[in-house]
Amino acid sequence: MAKKKIRVLACKPGLDGHDRGIKVICCALRDAGMEVIYTGLRQTPEQIVQAAIQEDVDVIAMSVLSGAHDYLFPRVMALLEEANVKDVLVIGGGIIPEEDIPRLQQAGIKALFGPGTPTKDIVRFIEENISA
Amino acid sequence: MYDEKKVKEIDRSLENWSEKLGKTLEKRPERKEHFETLSGIPVERLYTPASSPERDYAGDFGFPGSYPYTRGVQPTMYRGRFWTMRQYAGFASAEESNKRYKYLLEHGQTGLSVAFDLPTQIGYDSDHPMARGEVGKVGVAIDSLRDMETLFDGIPLDRVSTSMTINAPAAALLAMYVETAAKQGIGPEALKGTIQNDILKEYSARGTYIFPPAPSMRLITDVFAYCSENIPSWNTISISGYHIREAGSTAVQEVAFTLANGIAYVDAAIKAGLKVDDFAPRLSFFFNAHLDFFEEIAKFRAARRLWARIMKDRFGAQSPKSMMLRFHTQTAGCTLTAQQPQNNVMRVTLQALSAVLGGTQSLHTNSMDEAFSLPSEEAVQTALRTQQVIAYESGIANTVDPLGGSFYIEQLTDEIEARARAYIDRIDEMGGAVAAVEKGYIQKEIQDSAYAYQKGVEAGEFIVVGLNKFQQEAGARPKNSLRVDPAVREAQVAKLKTVKAERNSRAVQSAIEKIKLCARGSDNLMPPILDAVKCYATLGEICDALREVFGEYTASSQL
Repeated sequence: MAKKKIRVLACKPGLDGHDRGIKVICCALRDAGMEVIYTGLRQTPEQIVQAAIQEDVDVIAMSVLSGAHDYLFPRVMALLEEANVKDVLVIGGGIIPEEDIPRLQQAGIKALFGPGTPTKDIVRFIEENISA
Repeated sequence: MYDEKKVKEIDRSLENWSEKLGKTLEKRPERKEHFETLSGIPVERLYTPASSPERDYAGDFGFPGSYPYTRGVQPTMYRGRFWTMRQYAGFASAEESNKRYKYLLEHGQTGLSVAFDLPTQIGYDSDHPMARGEVGKVGVAIDSLRDMETLFDGIPLDRVSTSMTINAPAAALLAMYVETAAKQGIGPEALKGTIQNDILKEYSARGTYIFPPAPSMRLITDVFAYCSENIPSWNTISISGYHIREAGSTAVQEVAFTLANGIAYVDAAIKAGLKVDDFAPRLSFFFNAHLDFFEEIAKFRAARRLWARIMKDRFGAQSPKSMMLRFHTQTAGCTLTAQQPQNNVMRVTLQALSAVLGGTQSLHTNSMDEAFSLPSEEAVQTALRTQQVIAYESGIANTVDPLGGSFYIEQLTDEIEARARAYIDRIDEMGGAVAAVEKGYIQKEIQDSAYAYQKGVEAGEFIVVGLNKFQQEAGARPKNSLRVDPAVREAQVAKLKTVKAERNSRAVQSAIEKIKLCARGSDNLMPPILDAVKCYATLGEICDALREVFGEYTASSQL
């Protein structure tokens, strides 16, 4: 039986317009055989969670370069919990100061990828951390 | 430009020289089979006068300060005055940003550059739900004239030039600046500065759009018209390739898409009834200084020559000032690495050098810690000192266009101009830059280049020192990175409440209605926006009025 394709919701929470990184990652994940849904810019945490449920994704990949990750990432996690969504792997990236990482991981973000991360590392991380 | 007979001689000797190379190459092969610039322009082993003998000195280079401005827009360039050292800054509240500006001015910075937070850039007040998490983060939060007054408190606006990175709501922020100056007793005619006001690259690369293209273009041409009558020394737009490049384009695409946007603005202004020589002298540009040193220098020179030719041949401009491409440069943020961040100082130095050798009018040098946080004060200081070392110690600024006449630089300049022109022709065929953006063509081109580059880095085709070669265990990251206190939002929301409580709300109501009425018609929007700003209508209220009439732009999220 063919392996089920991993479904990824790639998104830009908040008002940040830097989408080079997320778009490059979308292409790389797609080339690695995943199915990628890109939300585009200016998504509220509510919209992201709703899209994740509707699209029945395995992964949510969020990118923020504006510094608003400290509010937006945990907010998405809280809403996922409220909606009782438990089996989605959530990862993040962008300009994230080192000292913020423990708190974001505590909130349930499984990994944070900074600038310079090879896309194949992200692909591998997703493949290894998806509950098949 | 050269004697035909002598060029033929050079050509022959070059052939001889190349033939003899065979043995050397056998013993010591070159590092690569093909050499290319970062934009994919082939690079030969050697350039000589024979590389392009048909060049015409007067027509292709001219003298600095004269058409086609290949060698620079001023006759004496930095022998007269250095470029303006202008560091982009602004964070948290108007009070804190005001302090930072005063600090920068005391340390020898010669112009201000205001960074606004994202809610301000997208026309939301700080209490808007979409502003959660963003207030004061990437710049200063400005909700009303009150904040602008605080931002420039104690800074005489007739004695500094101020650049404001504001696009979709540029008209409203300009109005606030004019009113702040008025409160200092300074008339608009004495103001010097720039608003970015370049909406087209927001759709394709930067993302802070509000309204659809057509009404956005009208706001821009309204600003052109207002400024040409009232603020003659103001740069009404900064047509920006910077963000296009940061989003992943090549150098050639940066020139092409920026100038194509420039053409669209000139077209729109002419269609709105303005005369080209009335507004074109106040158009300014903003470019990126990226890694490929010579390609960047050539890029600036090519952009200058191409714009001069476009303004003269396509738009029939008569005034030399209409043909001069004056530009600000910022070093390439996207080339900074989080790995071994000290290396970024060298990257910034080389990039800044290329901007100066390319004849920039002003420069921002990035800070070494920007790949993981907002810059610390120390890092900003090193960045500014980098410019000062170039200016005061290196001797580079002592002659005009020192690389002009280099066989390689001139060849690259020609090549970039030709390739950019080919892109512009393609965009013209699509119906111009607005149509090309609406079709997603420009976005797709940028995105393809970004992905190709990333693949090149991962394949080791492009070397990034410290990232994919010469790696080492992560050391300590620079400390003291700037952090914005989340309490900034609460404080800002409280200030907003006070402003709303103290103002004459009936006057605000009526001013907002007048904006809507004007937006529905075709009169210049600046006067009603100025009236609204004066009675402390907020940026959110002004933009909401325009949203009601113009609607909002939604980007397609196609990949």
